Amino acid sequence: MHNLAFDIAHLLAGGLVLISFMMLYQDRLYALLNIFALHAVVLALSVAWQAFVQNAPHLYVTAVIALVFKATIIPVALHRIVKQLGIHRDIETSVGIGLTMLAGMGLVALSMMVMLRVTGAADPLAREDLAFALSVVLLGLLVMVTRRNAVSQVVGFMSLENGLVLAATGAKGMPLVVEISVAFSILIAFIVIGVFLFRIRERFDTVDVGALDEFRGERR
Amino acid sequence: MIPAVTQQVWCVAALLGTTALAIAAGGSRRSTAIVYGTTFAISLVALAGALFALIAHPGTTALTLPVGLPWLGSHFRLDALAAFFLAVVNLGGAAASLYGLGYGNHESAPKRILPFFPAFLAGMNLVVLADDAFTYLLCWEFMSLASWALVMAHHREADNTRAGYVYLVMASFGTLALLLAFGLLAGAGGSYSFVAIRTAQHTPSEAALVLALMLLGAGSKAGLVPLHVWLPLAHPAAPSHVSALMSGVMTKVAIYGFIRVVFDLLGPPSWSAGAVVLILGGATAVMGILYALMEKDLKRLLAYSTIENIGVIFASLGLALAFQASGLGLAAALAFTAALFHVLNHSFFKSLLFFGAGAVLTSTGERDMEKLGGLIHRMPLTSFAFLVGCVAISALPPFNGFVSEWLMFQAVLQSPDLPQWVLKIMVPAVGALLALAAALAAACFVKAFGITFLGRARSPAAEAAGEVDRYSLAAMFCLAALCFLAGILPGLVIDALSPVAQAMTGHRMPLQADDPWLSIAPIAESRSSYNGLLVFVFITAAASLAVYFIHRFASRAIRRGPAWGCGFTDPTPAAQYSGTSFVQPIRRVFGTLVFQAREHVDMPAPGELRPARFKVEMHDLVWERLYTPVTEVVWFFADRLNQLQFLTIRRYLSLVFATLITLLLVLAIWS
Repeated sequence: MHNLAFDIAHLLAGGLVLISFMMLYQDRLYALLNIFALHAVVLALSVAWQAFVQNAPHLYVTAVIALVFKATIIPVALHRIVKQLGIHRDIETSVGIGLTMLAGMGLVALSMMVMLRVTGAADPLAREDLAFALSVVLLGLLVMVTRRNAVSQVVGFMSLENGLVLAATGAKGMPLVVEISVAFSILIAFIVIGVFLFRIRERFDTVDVGALDEFRGERR
Repeated sequence: MIPAVTQQVWCVAALLGTTALAIAAGGSRRSTAIVYGTTFAISLVALAGALFALIAHPGTTALTLPVGLPWLGSHFRLDALAAFFLAVVNLGGAAASLYGLGYGNHESAPKRILPFFPAFLAGMNLVVLADDAFTYLLCWEFMSLASWALVMAHHREADNTRAGYVYLVMASFGTLALLLAFGLLAGAGGSYSFVAIRTAQHTPSEAALVLALMLLGAGSKAGLVPLHVWLPLAHPAAPSHVSALMSGVMTKVAIYGFIRVVFDLLGPPSWSAGAVVLILGGATAVMGILYALMEKDLKRLLAYSTIENIGVIFASLGLALAFQASGLGLAAALAFTAALFHVLNHSFFKSLLFFGAGAVLTSTGERDMEKLGGLIHRMPLTSFAFLVGCVAISALPPFNGFVSEWLMFQAVLQSPDLPQWVLKIMVPAVGALLALAAALAAACFVKAFGITFLGRARSPAAEAAGEVDRYSLAAMFCLAALCFLAGILPGLVIDALSPVAQAMTGHRMPLQADDPWLSIAPIAESRSSYNGLLVFVFITAAASLAVYFIHRFASRAIRRGPAWGCGFTDPTPAAQYSGTSFVQPIRRVFGTLVFQAREHVDMPAPGELRPARFKVEMHDLVWERLYTPVTEVVWFFADRLNQLQFLTIRRYLSLVFATLITLLLVLAIWS
């Protein structure tokens, strides 16, 4: 039973990393949002599995939060924003996709190296989980850094947050309060960024953050 | 009966209450009287409590208040050392409050001073009472900030803003050093309470590092060369009674911090620690007094002289450390007692001298000695009190300065007993430096008194001066009386200090009360002894006899004639001997090296009508060689970092990302 539990947790966390890579690769906005929804679904599954394995019913709440907010409400809302803004065209990546993928692989290797070595004494389930979670966080950051478009930066930020939730549920005995607060902070961040997007759009007729730089009189 | 420490904490609470009262009362003349009156009363109560705890009822009392960090609370403790320094702080506080009752009425912006004055006193009291690192640092910062606010009270005057800025930078730097020192003392898993630090073991390298950090932290507040730069800027910038507190008392609080950590918390010292402190002390003493000699501004001169006295105190403490490391307990107690005695003395006479300078400032509006002169006729009482202060600080018997310096030299004379050859040679050498400093100090105060109070008035303001109010005079005369009493009754002071020496060095000087006729004998009467009372009686008798004989056998008539004008037909007061000319020989001997002093004479050719000019060029090498390069480097990096303000959002994100990756890489490679 223990081995099975470990394997499934491993599979789900690994799946999360894989989906992060897909996000890194994907350069169309609608597809990116769909992948983000998939990301959130896998996260919800992973959290639910942790809840089952650790026998911690409160984690189911987190799983439901992930499923409802991150896999449904936020992608749908972002879809609507993209439609309203009329920006369902290609994403301009500022670094080439091949290079980004290579960097992503390097990041995963780095997080494995760090986590597996540092947490030598910990429970193997938590160890693997933490290593994957760190990879997801770093990949999310990479998404944010390599994109110009504000919507994809928001998506990168939220996938980063998914990594945090994965880490939080992997460690035993993390109180629910934290997750709820994290989820809500993300929701608030999403709202703020959404409003912000409309403001940028109203002012500059584009959501390309490069326009902000131009406005400040700087070269790209 | 409530424990002594509780009583002191209540006094602090009352002082903080006075701050609130001062804010509410505003800046009227009446609120000045109310605030200084209240602080005077509270300081007296606190002084009585501290003296009671030191002499009548020795013992340690502690108190924990549930404020501060939740798991730590605030620990306060009153032992012999704290009681002594509380006495110094509150005596200075009482004197400054008394002086402020009169001086405060001349204040142009009392609202800027009244709230901070009690807060400053409260801060100094709290630092001495604190018994855990957190409380200590918090109170230390509180004290620094309150005094900074007082320095900035007259912020519209040209140099004061710079003084405040330099002070703030140096104070932050000092606190940083203290923070690191306490961090090291507490260790990785250590607790921040002093009880735990005291019992913990410290490795020699750790102890050396803590000592270095304490020299930086406490030394920058006390004024060790080369960390002294803020003192001559900030002390004169504050109102005079605050200058007196900062110079006479706050530097002592820094010394308290040094003693508390190095003698009490750090465990047994090593002799090399003693050597380092000794050399720094000796160098500080000589440098401080040389700076003071070159100074024309009366209050800056006093601030530089404070640096000299701090050097003397640190040298004594270094001696005590060296003796203690070699197991010479009695000699260590002697050097330590000398240091504490000098702490007490310096708080007396430096406060007195700053009060005198403040009195001169209020009645003439001048701090520049070259524009004063002849004040002894217009301010006879102030002159007398100032003279007492000058004699005391010049270490002339029968006043108190002599006793502490004599004790210190007695300790220097014990150095042949030390086993280390380095110290055997070094201690007399530093002793010679200290003797030089003492001699130069005498010259410096002959100049300060002579140029300010003797001769003829050099400006209309000095000519129109009048005596100051009675509160200021009362404060000065109380301190002058204390200087005199401590000078002729040193045995009482030494006996009062013996519990402190016992607690810090494990030994005490022999009981002086047993010696007949109030004499003191630091080691044994057969080796050396001093009797202040006897010296006083002798000086009085000899001087009276001389006066009597002169008046009896020389001409009795008072003759008034024209002053000798050095060949000029109409000598103006400006042609008098000035402070700069007084120190010219000393400047030529020491200044050429220490200040790179050069004299330029611009002599017109015969027949030319322009006047001849004589210019002296001096350099403050500490500023030019140490602080200016540091400032330039900081500016260079600040300019580079400034560009970070104008990056794009993505670049900021990339920076965060790169930092994270770098940290992870370091972790991956190192662990």
